[in-house]
Amino acid sequence: MKISARDLDHKALNEALRGAGNDCELTDCLGQRFIAAGMSDKHIRISGIPGNALGAYLNGATIEVNGNAQDAVGDTMNAGEIIIHGNIGDAAGYAMRGGLICVQGNAGYRAGIHMKAYKEKLPVMIIGGTAGSFLGEYQAGGIIIVMGLHRGSARIVGNFPGTGMHGGKMFLRGRCENVIFPAQVNAHVAKAADIDEIMPYIRTFCTSFGYDPAEILDSDFTVITPDTKNPYRQMYVAN
Amino acid sequence: MRQLEGQIRIPSGCAISAVISRDGRRMTGEKIIESLKPMHDRSNGLGGGFAGYGIYPRYKDYYALHIFYNDDLCRTECESYLRSNFVIVQAEIIPVRKMPAITNEPLIYRYFAQPLPSMLMTWQLDEDDFVARAVMEINTHLEGSYVFSSGKNMGVFKAVGFPEDVGVYYKLDEYEAYSWTAHGRYPTNTPGWWGGAHPFSLLNYSIVHNGEISSYDANRRFIEMFGYKCTLQTDTEVIAYITDFLLRRQKLTLEETASTIAAPFWSTIERRPPEEREKLTYLRTIYSNLLITGPFSIIVGFEGGLMALNDRLKLRSMVVAEKDDKVLIASEEAAIRAMEPDAAHVYAPAGGEPVIVKVKDGAY
Repeated sequence: MKISARDLDHKALNEALRGAGNDCELTDCLGQRFIAAGMSDKHIRISGIPGNALGAYLNGATIEVNGNAQDAVGDTMNAGEIIIHGNIGDAAGYAMRGGLICVQGNAGYRAGIHMKAYKEKLPVMIIGGTAGSFLGEYQAGGIIIVMGLHRGSARIVGNFPGTGMHGGKMFLRGRCENVIFPAQVNAHVAKAADIDEIMPYIRTFCTSFGYDPAEILDSDFTVITPDTKNPYRQMYVAN
Repeated sequence: MRQLEGQIRIPSGCAISAVISRDGRRMTGEKIIESLKPMHDRSNGLGGGFAGYGIYPRYKDYYALHIFYNDDLCRTECESYLRSNFVIVQAEIIPVRKMPAITNEPLIYRYFAQPLPSMLMTWQLDEDDFVARAVMEINTHLEGSYVFSSGKNMGVFKAVGFPEDVGVYYKLDEYEAYSWTAHGRYPTNTPGWWGGAHPFSLLNYSIVHNGEISSYDANRRFIEMFGYKCTLQTDTEVIAYITDFLLRRQKLTLEETASTIAAPFWSTIERRPPEEREKLTYLRTIYSNLLITGPFSIIVGFEGGLMALNDRLKLRSMVVAEKDDKVLIASEEAAIRAMEPDAAHVYAPAGGEPVIVKVKDGAY
């Protein structure tokens, strides 16, 4: 079912989506927030610019954006997939605890801030381009993958990646010799077992955006994990 | 009694946007008003405002003083002050469209004026310093009078209300500017009142700001040593005075100003090449009290250009795009698309990375 977002505010838009069938095409978006918030069983294709907090609390639905998205994509999402054929703004996947965010282009600041995992819940964010500063800030669980494809002279990640990281894994394509990580994380070149772990997501990325997995794997990956031997001490209080 | 700015704290975001023609082509205010519509929810109806540059070509050599008055008594008092200090070539009510969405209007006047040559002689001041002092004097000592715009060939228009209504209220479709900035307010800390809406402006500088600066009091104490008076207890006001101080009085470049107020971390400075490191260290040391901390995205308007800047941690969003000779800046890409649906080169500048756009020489 086709829905035009023109002249609909976020509330009316989400009501229209809830009343529509499982397969929806949303056109003419212009900044409406909270699109598909909490939705479970839908496949929603979006054109235009969806507003902040796209797919917040998403609970199983699939969202595909034919262009850029703004800030806080997949805020606190629980399950489902968000596929962005473009760039995303700041704070993507804020506190997400499940599901997949798959971005063809670049991510802004603080992608994957406070991602977490619990039992069978494993959130994953895969970014084709570059990521801004504070990637995976306070990451507590889940997997963040940044590939830096087509980045030219741009850095794969901005300043201070993994600040406050205490769980989960981060994968950056390449050896990342020039990237400065905090003392509380370990960075090492990914082994075959590490790559096996992220292969399903790389395949999804390639299928979504038309890449060849072999091309992407034609490079080392750096894996970043918290250093449990060097925990955060006395950052705020003596402990 | 209704509480004013500074007497109450209302915790809460904001919307900012701007458009500038590098060729100096004049644009009416209609497009910039459009940009605020998709960002409606970033404001709460307690303030909206605009700054337009190049709008008064007929009086371009005169300071355009826009003043709010509580009542005619305040106006009489202030006009008497103005007459003893300025040659006023034109005094008029700023035309507005009355509408239900805009209430509690003050009296809104504008004066095109030049300082009296005899006063400049007496005070041994140049024109800009004289006007800046007069603005401080009125805003500090004449109760019920508030100068909210004091530049040449530019003007600020602001009110309590949603910004898209404020633009229609002030008939911005009838003004033509080579650059516009705009703001939708969601007051943090203080209630909305007309003087507290953005932009904040002194002489040709104007600021729209989304954020909440935590260094306000440190900044205020420093800047007040140089004759500025923060009368509104609103954080943005101090940014306007810092801009005037660094750019006009200290003659810093825009880039240096950005490296002062959004200075990189020491750890980041350490890794820069020696020459740059030395300069950044100098700025952070000399002007340590002008470092602005806390989240902000601002757009600084000045004669012939704009500068957009985020705090160094980038705790607020900002997007920049281009379309032909125009550069568009906004809190959200949707706002840019509302002005120019097929704008290109959309990108988000990094924290502390100034985006400086200037109109070609002689085109404004």
